[in-house]
Amino acid sequence: MNFVLIAEQTLNGLQLGVMLFLLAAGLTLVFGIMNMVNLAHGALYMVGAYLTTFFYQQTGSYLLAVVLGLASTLVVGIVTELVALRTLYERDHLDQVLATFGLILFFNELVAILWGRAAIFSTIPDYLTGHVEFGVFRYPLYRLMIIGVGLAVAVLLWFVVSRTRLGMLIRAGASNRAMVAALGVNIRLLYTVVFGFGAALAGLAGLLAGPIYSVQPGMGELILIQVFVVIVIGGIGSIRGAFAGALIVGMVDTMGRAFLKPVLSTVLSPTAADAAGPALASMLIYLLMAVVLTFRPAGLFPAVR
Amino acid sequence: MHKTTRTLLAGLIASAFIATPALAQQKLKIGFISTFSGPQGAIGEDMKNSVELALDHLKRKVGGLDTEVIYGDDQVKPDVGTQVADEMLKKHQVNFVAGIIWSNVMLAVAPRVTAAGTFMIGTNAGPNQLAGEGCNEMFFTTSWQNDQTPEAMGKYMQDKGIQDVYLMAPNYAAGKDMLTGFKRYYKGRVVDEVYTRLGQTDYQAEISQLRSKSPKAVFVFYPGGMGVQFLKQYSEAGLRGQFPLYSVYTVDELSIPAVKHAALGQLETRYWSQDLKNDANVKFVGDYRKKYGGKTPSYYGAQSYDGILLIDSAVRGVKGNLADKKGMIAVMRKADFASTRGKFKYGQNHFPIENFYLLKTVAGATPTSDPVMEIQQTVFKDHKDAYGTACKMKW
Repeated sequence: MNFVLIAEQTLNGLQLGVMLFLLAAGLTLVFGIMNMVNLAHGALYMVGAYLTTFFYQQTGSYLLAVVLGLASTLVVGIVTELVALRTLYERDHLDQVLATFGLILFFNELVAILWGRAAIFSTIPDYLTGHVEFGVFRYPLYRLMIIGVGLAVAVLLWFVVSRTRLGMLIRAGASNRAMVAALGVNIRLLYTVVFGFGAALAGLAGLLAGPIYSVQPGMGELILIQVFVVIVIGGIGSIRGAFAGALIVGMVDTMGRAFLKPVLSTVLSPTAADAAGPALASMLIYLLMAVVLTFRPAGLFPAVR
Repeated sequence: MHKTTRTLLAGLIASAFIATPALAQQKLKIGFISTFSGPQGAIGEDMKNSVELALDHLKRKVGGLDTEVIYGDDQVKPDVGTQVADEMLKKHQVNFVAGIIWSNVMLAVAPRVTAAGTFMIGTNAGPNQLAGEGCNEMFFTTSWQNDQTPEAMGKYMQDKGIQDVYLMAPNYAAGKDMLTGFKRYYKGRVVDEVYTRLGQTDYQAEISQLRSKSPKAVFVFYPGGMGVQFLKQYSEAGLRGQFPLYSVYTVDELSIPAVKHAALGQLETRYWSQDLKNDANVKFVGDYRKKYGGKTPSYYGAQSYDGILLIDSAVRGVKGNLADKKGMIAVMRKADFASTRGKFKYGQNHFPIENFYLLKTVAGATPTSDPVMEIQQTVFKDHKDAYGTACKMKW
């Protein structure tokens, strides 16, 4: 274990955290403001990855594909809200879980029908491949770009939520729905906008993930569990919490996977460390969640109610 | 609806029900269990395609009998697999249960099927338990025992004198079996053995650790979607040229379209390859491509195709007398059918004794076509699995 490796793993943790944040931000917005459990958030991530990959193959231009992919995921999100989710706001969480689970199945089957069940090919444009030299080590350019995009989105979200009229309405809607509606705000429209926004964020995560992960039906569910851990740790409904939670989970998970086994082997026998290391590393974020829930049941940065 | 039409329809439906039992008696029923939904559904699709192709080749009559194949989706879950198998046994009264990708599903399903006096024909999973003490005369497989394939890679790397190998696999039963099998034949220095979370999507942290250890070679087992992500990230990190990558069950005809150039140069061991030159295989691969829009089958498909042919040989051997189970066992033990891997023999535990080859992923015929896997050399000739000696079956 040396400085170079720690620095590199810190970047890895940051990159994973940022990816989780993009997903968690949308999920937590929808939950915090609309009080809606949306299991289908991972499906929108998948839709974003598929559509961007599809547009990239069709147009040959990565930038155009990004724009088209984001816009079409936004549209898919809005249509989903209008068609399926509108009727669910008044129902309890169990009904929402059931219905959005149905949406997961629907979207997974839909992409399987359109693109087949096997993973499809997705790649990075040439100008984003390669590495950036940091003197003693080098880091993939594409992963640095993910970090950059994620941090930019975080700043943008902070600005929108705390400095704009839309953000004010969102915050107001989160703390007192009935009052906002009584003041003459079209709360339905607000919900649709928020949901579409959340979908576009999931789509953004999906399009960034596409070239390095496997674009296949069900890809969203693989990452969704970690995203739920993020918003529980961060505090449900809070963008700030999602950001902090995502970075903490990304960092803890990465460091656990990288260093837990070597650290354990200094105190345990090698065979015990071999067995305990990977097992513990994969449990680490759940243990963290349990600890956070014990001391801060509402999460680290709960949304103000 | 008009009243007479309704009566007519009711009559039609009723007569359809009456007709079923009479037909059922002359029919051969095969229950085929695989994974048809979720991220692993692509494997099930390849298997089903191959079963359908085998049925086409047999003119829809397996062993000369009218054949019905009932497909069941196990969703990669042992409990769902058992449910599906129970339904096949009780409701459909199948004569054979076949298929099954996953070892854990196989371990749950196979004993139930054989205990019910029905044949279980495995076409992928080969857990050691069923090859050793748990062997059964009603169980046959057309694939391999899990350890055999990594053993072949271990042997190859040992023979090559490759030192300082870095091992990686997902942290579950098969992952450990694969590395155990590898080390049974590889006696050189192992730099580190890393187990990752099952279903993990991001390998960047492990890749950084790997690079810091500077091994001479890397051996991995990452089936399905995990393989796609691992290969993409391995080549994206620029390790492709730096540390040669050897693997089992990581690159196959299903994942190549998704990774393309990221798989180039990859070495794998396997008992079968699409370019294996024998009549049965040429016909299988050629007709598969013709029937399924140019797609190349994978070994999952080849094994499933073989499974149907094995059943065909059994039923033919007893002249369609499905009650003669002893007779069918005797016939199947001869492995007397045109297998896509070429001629092979069954070991005493009903697992094939077969050749294992080294395959390399090379560029396709044209610049736009996908890479293909081709045989480089034979690593093992007539390789027997390590567990058969514990099997008490006599024949």
